[in-house]
Amino acid sequence: MPLTHLQRLEAESIHIMREVVAEADNPVMLYSIGKDSSVMLHLALKAFHPAKPPFPLLHVDTTWKFRDMYAFRDRRAREVGMELIVHVNPEGLAMQMGPITHGSAAHTDVMKTQALRQALDKYGFDAAFGGARRDEEKSRAKERIFSFRSAHHRWDPKNQRPELWRVYNARKHKGESIRVFPLSNWTELDVWQYIHRENIPIVPLYFARERPVVERDGTLIMVDDDRLPLEPGEKPRLRKVRFRTLGCYPLTGAIESQAETVTAIIEEMLATRLSERQGRVIDFDANASMERKKVEGYF
Amino acid sequence: MGANEFAPTADSSAAGEGYLRAPERKGLLRFITCGSVDDGKSTLIGRLLYESKLLFEDQLAALRADSRRQGAGEDELDFSLLLDGLAAEREQRITIDVAYRFFATGTRKFIVADTPGHEQYTRNMVTGASTADAAVLIVDAQKGVSVQTRRHSYLASLLGIRHIAVAVNKMDLVGYDERTFRAIVGGYRDFATRIGLEDVVFIPVSALRGDNVVVPSANLSWHRGPTLLGWLESVPIDEDRLQRLAFRFPVQWINRPDQSFRGFAGTIASGEIEPGARVRVQPSGRESRVARIVTADGDLRRAVAGQSVTLTLVDEIDVSRGDIISRADAPAEVADQFEATLVWMADEPMLPERPYLMKIGACTVNAQVSELKYRLNVNSLEHVAAKTLALNEIGVVNLWLDQPIAFDPYKENRDTGGFILVDRLSNNTVGAGMFEFALRRAHNIHIQALDVNKAARSELKGQRPCVLWLTGLSGAGKSTIANFLEKRLHALGRHTYLLDGDNVRHGLNKDLGFTDVDRVENIRRIAEVAKLMVDAGLIVITAFISPFRAERRMARELMGAGEFIEVFVDAPLALAEERDPKGLYKKARAGQIKHFTGIDSPYEEPEHAEIRLDTTRLEPEAAAELVLRELARRGVIRTVG
Repeated sequence: MPLTHLQRLEAESIHIMREVVAEADNPVMLYSIGKDSSVMLHLALKAFHPAKPPFPLLHVDTTWKFRDMYAFRDRRAREVGMELIVHVNPEGLAMQMGPITHGSAAHTDVMKTQALRQALDKYGFDAAFGGARRDEEKSRAKERIFSFRSAHHRWDPKNQRPELWRVYNARKHKGESIRVFPLSNWTELDVWQYIHRENIPIVPLYFARERPVVERDGTLIMVDDDRLPLEPGEKPRLRKVRFRTLGCYPLTGAIESQAETVTAIIEEMLATRLSERQGRVIDFDANASMERKKVEGYF
Repeated sequence: MGANEFAPTADSSAAGEGYLRAPERKGLLRFITCGSVDDGKSTLIGRLLYESKLLFEDQLAALRADSRRQGAGEDELDFSLLLDGLAAEREQRITIDVAYRFFATGTRKFIVADTPGHEQYTRNMVTGASTADAAVLIVDAQKGVSVQTRRHSYLASLLGIRHIAVAVNKMDLVGYDERTFRAIVGGYRDFATRIGLEDVVFIPVSALRGDNVVVPSANLSWHRGPTLLGWLESVPIDEDRLQRLAFRFPVQWINRPDQSFRGFAGTIASGEIEPGARVRVQPSGRESRVARIVTADGDLRRAVAGQSVTLTLVDEIDVSRGDIISRADAPAEVADQFEATLVWMADEPMLPERPYLMKIGACTVNAQVSELKYRLNVNSLEHVAAKTLALNEIGVVNLWLDQPIAFDPYKENRDTGGFILVDRLSNNTVGAGMFEFALRRAHNIHIQALDVNKAARSELKGQRPCVLWLTGLSGAGKSTIANFLEKRLHALGRHTYLLDGDNVRHGLNKDLGFTDVDRVENIRRIAEVAKLMVDAGLIVITAFISPFRAERRMARELMGAGEFIEVFVDAPLALAEERDPKGLYKKARAGQIKHFTGIDSPYEEPEHAEIRLDTTRLEPEAAAELVLRELARRGVIRTVG
């Protein structure tokens, strides 16, 4: 009975999660509401069945997520019966930090990177699951599944522990923490096929629908609320769009699509010649920008 | 290379069609690529990614921009920039770390570990190879098989990769010449056989032109074998082999949501299991039957290697993280001493006798290298005498653990035979090892275990119980040394007991005299008492003349492997007689004592004592220190304070 690639990926992710729970003192699962988080949460429910996953969910909220995402997040947390911790950087909130007023780099740094570090320190989490995949970006392709952070949350890409077989060295000194990526070996396509196979709930924004958008520099930005200032003469138009990835709404571009089901999304993916991060404004900042952000503590 | 030359060679859109149609039947193959940028490795991977549509337009655009920035010509693509993701690698134009890449065809998903070629990055290649089913070694057709190719072949074989493809690249630059290819094949085959590689195929390709990578090439019509992708799609996946082996289930986590459920979560390392199967928990030896195979999708009637499941057992027996559940009729070996091959991965050298943490599966124990037998020259495969292993060096070692574990030889099973060593202070992974075989098997572990046993008792005391059996002539200094030894061990917080004439002859053995028969019985009783004390978890010191080899052997055989440490307190008769602390020799010479050892009763010197103390040169205190150091070396105690 040979296992399929999805069965093996699932088994590997479950193995990783159990290993963290067995070795860490206070683990947490970073929950960003996107499709990868949805798959990761689903895997956690499977890994610890019939027990509930023995850790809370943490959403580091930039306050700039789509409204659909907040609604989905709260509903999902209720359904699975796990504790959901929402953390917003209070300093960022006080200065009304936003991607439009302060630019994407500052916004990401204050509301995501700094906020994540605050939350991990505040609750004393020593291991945090993240849904990042190695196929997303070059520096991720070189990152370990168990990725260590200094007491100052910094990543040292040149000094990573060798990671052999299924043996993970989770030992660390007090104050140090681990970011763990159970989906490291999944591709975007694997994620969609698994969502399809397991019937995993995802935010409706992934499915094509008529939505109000404006086009800027070739990117379609959805007008989700009145916080998006329109340029003179700019008028939101209804276009049938969906999102391949979900981040902060003015930083995430939509694509025109007719795909209203998971099957249609997979078919559309097979025809595309563009990678998933094309819609992410933050990656365009500079070459090797992800590695730099990660060194500073970004997930 | 020109952009046009990198156009798809075939209808590559077809490669993706199986995605939707048959994801349920698609397998997963993990392989490594070895070679250097000069051999065309990056170009080869780039082509595989491109032709299976895992390289997208925006990534190509970024790559074009990067290539120009790094000084490549107009329209030239430098695929090493795509694969070398860290800033340091891009700056230095070398691959340092393993990068994982993904692509898929209609029948398989592939995970490629792209590993660096240089000897100074051996540990990175070993890391990539540890999870691979297959290896693609890239050889430049113009240069043939290099020292590097041989090294990569050996490392692949060492890490248990059973299937190797030698991709003879740049065939376009040798005019697609069959004889050039044949010469390379001929030169490599002997070597492959010598290092135990059984399944090696040779594939002539041109990564740049796309010949024979995905579709057969008219330029290479003389080649009868598969294309590189064809080989990758058909090479056996190791997990399928593992399913046919004996059942092994390393217990990772105890799932206990409430009093009504107690399950053992883990990933099946090999074999298959079904409810009702008789199983043995190792190393404890307790047995039970599988009650249920629990998953979130419902209970299974059968589970196989590679699946992560939760087992429940019929009986309430003690099972902990790190135990291995095996089929009762085909259990794993249990041992605490091994021969293993060790790859050193840290800047600080490997030190024999230093205690490291060993993690194998979900099991963590203390381990030390008791002996470095030799270092291996990875280029020539010669054995080199060595005292230590430096970064990237490979050696064959004897290992001692502080407790027995269940294991399989690595070449059978990576999960139950592969381990890492962790530095206790830095917490870094400093070595990776592969069990070859057990040096001494702990057969006694298989008997039905009591709930509180020797292991439990000694664990509570934080020590490894043993007998220090001091033997030697009267007046050699046994009691004095034994006293110093016990004091030092006591100060180190060890739990000890000293058996000597004073506390045995006057009680337990007061009915015995000094005839040969009584001497034998004397030693038998002492040995039995010592055995009970070892079972209680103590470090026992005995100080008796114990003159006969046979009785000492009897005492040795009563104890478990490694528990009997014979200490020969060596003093020549003349010296002992000169010391004569109790005036006994004088009496013996005067005929007042019969059967006195050395005078009218023989002393049979030990032939294979673990420790010999030369009391002509050693003061008793120094002799005791020597024993302590040996105990630390053997892992009985951690440090000598």
